[in-house]
Amino acid sequence: MSAHPPTNTWLYVITEAGRSAPPGLTGVAGEPLHAVSGPGLTALAGAVPRSDFDEGPVRTHLEDAVWLEHAVRAHHHVVSSLARTAPVLPLRFAVLYRDDQRAAAMLMERRDELTAALRRIAGRVEWGVKAYLGPADPPPDVDGGDPRQDPSTRPGTAYLLRRQARHRRQEQAHQQAANDALRVHTALARSAASAVCHPLQQSGATGSAEPMLLNGAYLVEQTLTAAFHEAVVALSTRFPGLRLETTGPWPPYSFTAVSDFGGDPP
Amino acid sequence: MSELSGYGGSGPLSHLPGTSAAPQPANLADLLERVLDKGIVIAGDIRINLLDIELLTIRIRLLIASVDRAREMGIDWWEHDPSLSSNRRDLALENQHLRERIARLETSGRAPAVPEDAEEYDPAEAPDRDTPPARTTPRTRRSPRTGLP
Repeated sequence: MSAHPPTNTWLYVITEAGRSAPPGLTGVAGEPLHAVSGPGLTALAGAVPRSDFDEGPVRTHLEDAVWLEHAVRAHHHVVSSLARTAPVLPLRFAVLYRDDQRAAAMLMERRDELTAALRRIAGRVEWGVKAYLGPADPPPDVDGGDPRQDPSTRPGTAYLLRRQARHRRQEQAHQQAANDALRVHTALARSAASAVCHPLQQSGATGSAEPMLLNGAYLVEQTLTAAFHEAVVALSTRFPGLRLETTGPWPPYSFTAVSDFGGDPP
Repeated sequence: MSELSGYGGSGPLSHLPGTSAAPQPANLADLLERVLDKGIVIAGDIRINLLDIELLTIRIRLLIASVDRAREMGIDWWEHDPSLSSNRRDLALENQHLRERIARLETSGRAPAVPEDAEEYDPAEAPDRDTPPARTTPRTRRSPRTGLP
């Protein structure tokens, strides 16, 4: 490839040895994929031009939301396509090597760790379950009982007291729902091989008017997928104050970080 | 291994009774969360500052995830956030100029001697102020203000 512009090696997934990428699948730079082989392991990678995919250019590109979205989707497209047919360890975005030899050396160096990680996710998929505060707040209490709301109270004060009471009820409902969301997570974690909580997303990002109370990810045996979904349905019945949303199946992004291994499942 | 139908996490694909699974393309917030924050972390040869990415992620999460859906709901604040919308930057600059201008006018309005103030203020305006000339308030409009009894 000496005649071509210099490239870096962008890694998408690490998988079992001998895997190859389906023809036609292209990566973040529109490049075809190729295999980088190590002992017992294969990384599927793309040769990306250094003019766009080197330290400086990537840093610049990252500030461009449109570029970032495109690249993130492209990376995910490759990862999820490959995950359809084989257990894969998804690599985090923008893992770049100078060349295939350097990437192969990494596969060799981290062979045991990566093999163990691959074994751990084999036959399992990631599901996301989010809980939002239900749209229907509990009805206002029949709270004629507030002693401060006697007729002698001045209208302004009464108004403020009513507002205060309503605010307090909303806070209580919110707190209750947050506790319920935690119960949902605990219950789902029991149906899963592993579970993590992602940070809650802001409502601007979710497109949902209600606040998010749980953003969980669950590593589920493929054979137990139906049972997991039944658990979600049962939980949504049990906690009517929550709205549950399921996403997936995802490649096991949330369960491949090395720190997740040997770690304490929640 | 059996092929998983709909595999890929391209959004909430399961429509389960009792759960709301809004049909939509991949939710960008979910994607960013996973692709930027998760997956195997290997340093590689090229150092990409992940902290930068994470900071950016927060921005992006707020900015583009479900933009269309948000628009439908009437949420379009980002279009009014100058830092998120490049073609609004000059508007922000203009706003700042105007704010400074108002501040100056208010300060001068509090000056005790109105005629002196007006005399002193107006000639100094054009050469000294950083306000773009095109936006210089005409005297006819300032006079009533600074000349308030």
